[in-house]
Amino acid sequence: MKLILELFLTFSKIGLFTFGGGYAMLSLIERICVTRKEWITHDEMMRITVIAESTPGPIAINCATYIGYKKKGLPGALAATFGVVLPSFLIILLISFFLDRFLEIKWVASAFRGIKIAVGILIVGAAVRMIRKMKKEPLTIVILSIAASAMMAINIFALRVSTIALMAAAAVAGLIAYLIRCRKGKEEPK
Amino acid sequence: MILLELLAGFLEIGLFSFGGGYGAIPLIREVVLSYGWIEEEKLAYIIAVSESTPGPIMVNMATYIGSVKAGVPGAVIATAAVILPAFLIVILLTVLLKKLVEKGAVQSMLGALTSCVIGVILATGVFMILTNCIGSFTEIAVDYTAVILTAVLGTVYFGSKLIWKNGISPILLICIAGVAGVIAYGV
Repeated sequence: MKLILELFLTFSKIGLFTFGGGYAMLSLIERICVTRKEWITHDEMMRITVIAESTPGPIAINCATYIGYKKKGLPGALAATFGVVLPSFLIILLISFFLDRFLEIKWVASAFRGIKIAVGILIVGAAVRMIRKMKKEPLTIVILSIAASAMMAINIFALRVSTIALMAAAAVAGLIAYLIRCRKGKEEPK
Repeated sequence: MILLELLAGFLEIGLFSFGGGYGAIPLIREVVLSYGWIEEEKLAYIIAVSESTPGPIMVNMATYIGSVKAGVPGAVIATAAVILPAFLIVILLTVLLKKLVEKGAVQSMLGALTSCVIGVILATGVFMILTNCIGSFTEIAVDYTAVILTAVLGTVYFGSKLIWKNGISPILLICIAGVAGVIAYGV
């Protein structure tokens, strides 16, 4: 019970102090869970990062679930995950109650018109950052270009095509590419 | 039944949001607009609020939208729904399939999936910037103030990355943009 409480409190602290989401959280999680508390090893932390990046959902949530589960099974996973979400949940809940009324004030509305422009830039910036980190092979570059053009067309012409369909197509392309590589014998099937 | 809609919509978002943080934004946008929960205009504000507060962006957006649509129960359900798929998948992976993610076929699919997500994010960002500047594509009306603000803020954000490694933080850019908005659009 003491460990469950500790998991909850530790992850609430992590949840409260990480602005900027995912990757900003990783360094704090590493400092607290690997260096200070020694709940997991550095290698495990690396493995969690890989799992977190390959699974849907926010990285911080994935880490909390993994570490909680590792230390104390399902109750531990629940405590850590609940803990990491709770602070931002309360803060956002509070904001959601008054943002609409807040926006009726003229200068606040003006500020948010400016902020709306920043959001577009931030999203493009996130994409640029991911492109830099991406493994650049012919296949990934082709998929990226097709996905970007398709998404652009979907937005402009308000087509009813889901991004999930695009992602499924990309996954199939990745699988086919892998099978072709195996056939050519460049890569041993594992 | 709004609670059921929130549950279904955010389960879908949680399940298909690869790529962390901004990766979920195109899908959230699609789901939110298709259910008609919030108008496009508001969505950008929610993204800004989610980015400027602690916690993962997609979880914050779920809390916000849930709360606006159905109060505290809505917030609880949307938040739980967006987290649940990730929670279950991580537990499944730790228990059963530790080696699965290291397999070549899975890696190859994930690589393709990630490039697709990056393309989708890029297009979403570019589209948002374009609609800020020219209104909708069916009725083009250029907003010159927005064009100038985009140029200035874009230069500040990307320029700062050239000068020092991490550049200015998203929160700082949002603050600058807020001040610029007040100056440009008046009090």
